[in-house]
Amino acid sequence: MTESFPAAVAGPTSKERKYDRQLRLWAATGQQALEDSRVLLVNSDGPLGGDNTGVSGVVGVEALKNLVLPGIGGFTIVDPATVTEADLGVNFFLQEESLGKSRADETCRLLRELNPDVQGYSYSKPVTDLLNDPFFLPRHKLVIITGPTRQSTLTSLTQAAQRLGIPVLYVHSVGFYSTFSLQLDADFPIVETHPDPESSQDLRLLTPWPELSAAAASLGDLNALDDHRHGHIPYIMILLHLVEQWKQGHGGNPPGNYREKTEFREFVRSHARTSNAEGGEENFDEAVAAVLKTVTPFSLRSSTREIFEMDECQNLTRQSSDFWVIASAIRGFYQEHHVLPLPGSLPDMKAQSADYVALQNIYKAKARCDIDDVTARVRQLESRLGRSKSPILDREIEVFCKNAAHIKVVHGRPVARLTHATDPVTLKAIRNQLNTPDSLIPIFLAAQILDAVVDEIKVGIRKRPNFQSTTTVFGLIIQSVSWHL
Amino acid sequence: MAGGEKHLYKVMSKPGPHCDEDWTPGSAIIDMLESTKVLGAGGLGCEILKNLALSGFKDIHVIDMDTIDISNLNRQFLFRQSDIGKPKAEVAAAFVEKRVKGVRITPFVGKIQDKDEDFYMQFKIIICGLDSIEARRWINATLIGMVDPENQESLKPLVDGGTEGFKGQARVILPTLTSCIECQLDMHAPRPAVPLCTIATIPRQPQHCIEWAHQIAWQDKRKDDPFDSDNMEHISWVYHAALERAQHFHIAGVTFQMTQGVVKNIIPAIASTNAVIAASTTSEVLKIATGCNPYLNNYMMYAGEEGVYTYTFEAEKKSDCPVCGNLARKMDVDPDLTLGEFIESLGERAEAQLKKPSMRTEEKTLYQRFPPQLEEHTRPNLRLKLRDLVEDGEEIAVSDPAYTIDFRYRLVFK
Repeated sequence: MTESFPAAVAGPTSKERKYDRQLRLWAATGQQALEDSRVLLVNSDGPLGGDNTGVSGVVGVEALKNLVLPGIGGFTIVDPATVTEADLGVNFFLQEESLGKSRADETCRLLRELNPDVQGYSYSKPVTDLLNDPFFLPRHKLVIITGPTRQSTLTSLTQAAQRLGIPVLYVHSVGFYSTFSLQLDADFPIVETHPDPESSQDLRLLTPWPELSAAAASLGDLNALDDHRHGHIPYIMILLHLVEQWKQGHGGNPPGNYREKTEFREFVRSHARTSNAEGGEENFDEAVAAVLKTVTPFSLRSSTREIFEMDECQNLTRQSSDFWVIASAIRGFYQEHHVLPLPGSLPDMKAQSADYVALQNIYKAKARCDIDDVTARVRQLESRLGRSKSPILDREIEVFCKNAAHIKVVHGRPVARLTHATDPVTLKAIRNQLNTPDSLIPIFLAAQILDAVVDEIKVGIRKRPNFQSTTTVFGLIIQSVSWHL
Repeated sequence: MAGGEKHLYKVMSKPGPHCDEDWTPGSAIIDMLESTKVLGAGGLGCEILKNLALSGFKDIHVIDMDTIDISNLNRQFLFRQSDIGKPKAEVAAAFVEKRVKGVRITPFVGKIQDKDEDFYMQFKIIICGLDSIEARRWINATLIGMVDPENQESLKPLVDGGTEGFKGQARVILPTLTSCIECQLDMHAPRPAVPLCTIATIPRQPQHCIEWAHQIAWQDKRKDDPFDSDNMEHISWVYHAALERAQHFHIAGVTFQMTQGVVKNIIPAIASTNAVIAASTTSEVLKIATGCNPYLNNYMMYAGEEGVYTYTFEAEKKSDCPVCGNLARKMDVDPDLTLGEFIESLGERAEAQLKKPSMRTEEKTLYQRFPPQLEEHTRPNLRLKLRDLVEDGEEIAVSDPAYTIDFRYRLVFK
């Protein structure tokens, strides 16, 4: 190596340095998605009885804090309340000077201080007024509503968000209890699920493609190798080699069931040289340890199979999203090849540097080849459907292929609410839960009842005096509900 | 009751369904909180201070040795760009005092190890969000050592929280009464190190090239210049050395970010997980201080990478815990290891994790690092095999400069 290195430091930008600890989790793509998002916080819903507001709104502001710090694109706070003395005791994003001012404006101002990269907006009026503007809600990618809130407000907000496909979080936080419910589209697809690297390995040891088989065959007779080379054969090569040998003695079949695999494992172990100073070989130890997990035929995970069987995947339309078009292309790939596109990553293993890199390249080349196959299928589908959207980016197809074994479709549902229309099956499930010791269902029920009581006060059916403090009602509800229902 | 305490009063003035029958609600509880001295420390400090201050605690002390770095700003919300380089404890204390009226926060810029038992004795509860296992073990051992059965006040509950990426944990430790950090030390097992021969001769991963630049090239070229992982020029040098080695071996993927991650052993950290764990620990402190609700018994794990998952269980108090137990911990060893190899292995063994151990049996000193005369005298033992130094099943006492106590192990030959 040279004595000195180029003076120009290709170091990280100040933004990369600021977000370093999170970029290591969600990388530049995750950060970009965050920065492209704006979140709406509906933090209260007008006065409660004679009082300024029914909710402290702290949980909403704290949630925003945790989004502003990592650099969400922007946020909007909607909160018609004015700041009271009680707010100052619990809300860190208010200060003495805030007393009597708009709580939306003040919390927005103090949250913005946390991160100059983030845009913040505030509205001191009921959210129902804002919903009259058809452009208001679509500016947001996510809605957080702090309960309890008027039932009519909750209904119009959740329905509007559902029409636009915007997820909603409905949150309660009372005393030592908190609940939240997520409303998502019926099908919410996720490509980058960040699986554990261990679980995302696909080595194809039982169905090697020609280049991989050739590489294994080129090693020749393992016994003829000198000790150094023998101790550095990558374990993948050892297994490929020994599976072939095994097949010869077993009617052309690889080890199949558990008993055979255990036998095969001993077979692998018996090939290690033990006459050396270490009394064994690390690469053979690795091979032995990998038998049960890697000497196994490819099988499609049930979650992926379900996605392939979904109507959206089988019957594409011109309106189908990129996700379903790629998923459908990969389904075609699977039907033809009986495997998913190779992810192309290789675990670390004892090997000479050059041998390892060569093996890595064989996997990478195959992964590339599979991506090209899928891309051709995507292009075919696009032209068959006559989509008006711009073509799906190559990069998007590539990422999808790498994650194909772990894609996920979350089945979303509306915010969980108990109403007169709640179906009998759900009600029965709740009743059953109440008989289970340590069940958390009373907390959910208490939040539901709290919502109902607050709604009655807000619309004027019930008077405030029955309702001294939310905490008391909450505690009593938990007790009474769990005893009497 | 001041208006600002309205919400706290609601929680403290009415018994809930899980309250102890003996608990007397009322504003006296809130008054009592004002005189409850608590100590917070560590990377979760910003969240913990805010939560304590808003929970009614008025006399809070904070210890932190670090200065503010740009990479803290994504989660440590009391710090701004203009605070970079200033001591965390002071900036955080001043900010919270200014924002929450009537709270007194006393900062100490230094290590928790700088303080002695007299210092820790003044607090009612210690809450920690420390980022190293070493600091956790130290405060754990210190608080256990302070317990005097005759004096109830000497038992200081330790509420500990920690995070890594989307995961975290919170636990409540009642020193000598419940399971302690050391009882579950194996839950904090260190990552296995890459073998030196891989780093030196057959690198395959970009990380191997970085380790080579950090451990070998630096020693070789700049050994008079102590490596400082906070010095950008040093990181940059290692990065370029690693890059060159990677190119030589046709290994892709060495980046500046990865170089920093490897040499500093960076653990990912995000605002939301820190908030979840800090909220859970401060909530336990409030419950312990007021008795208003039962507290955590005794370990809560949180996993947020996929949905929300928490699991609470009672971690077991171990009778062979080297710190709170009275039996020596069993350790399986190969009798043919030399003492030197055994000592080396203690740094990585999950049940020990001691980097600079000295050790003795009941009869003799096996190896002693200090003073130099004793080191010289015991050095020849390093080459002897364990079977020639100790009996199968014999007990040894191990000390380490990072801790104030001895760890007892019973060596059982494999």
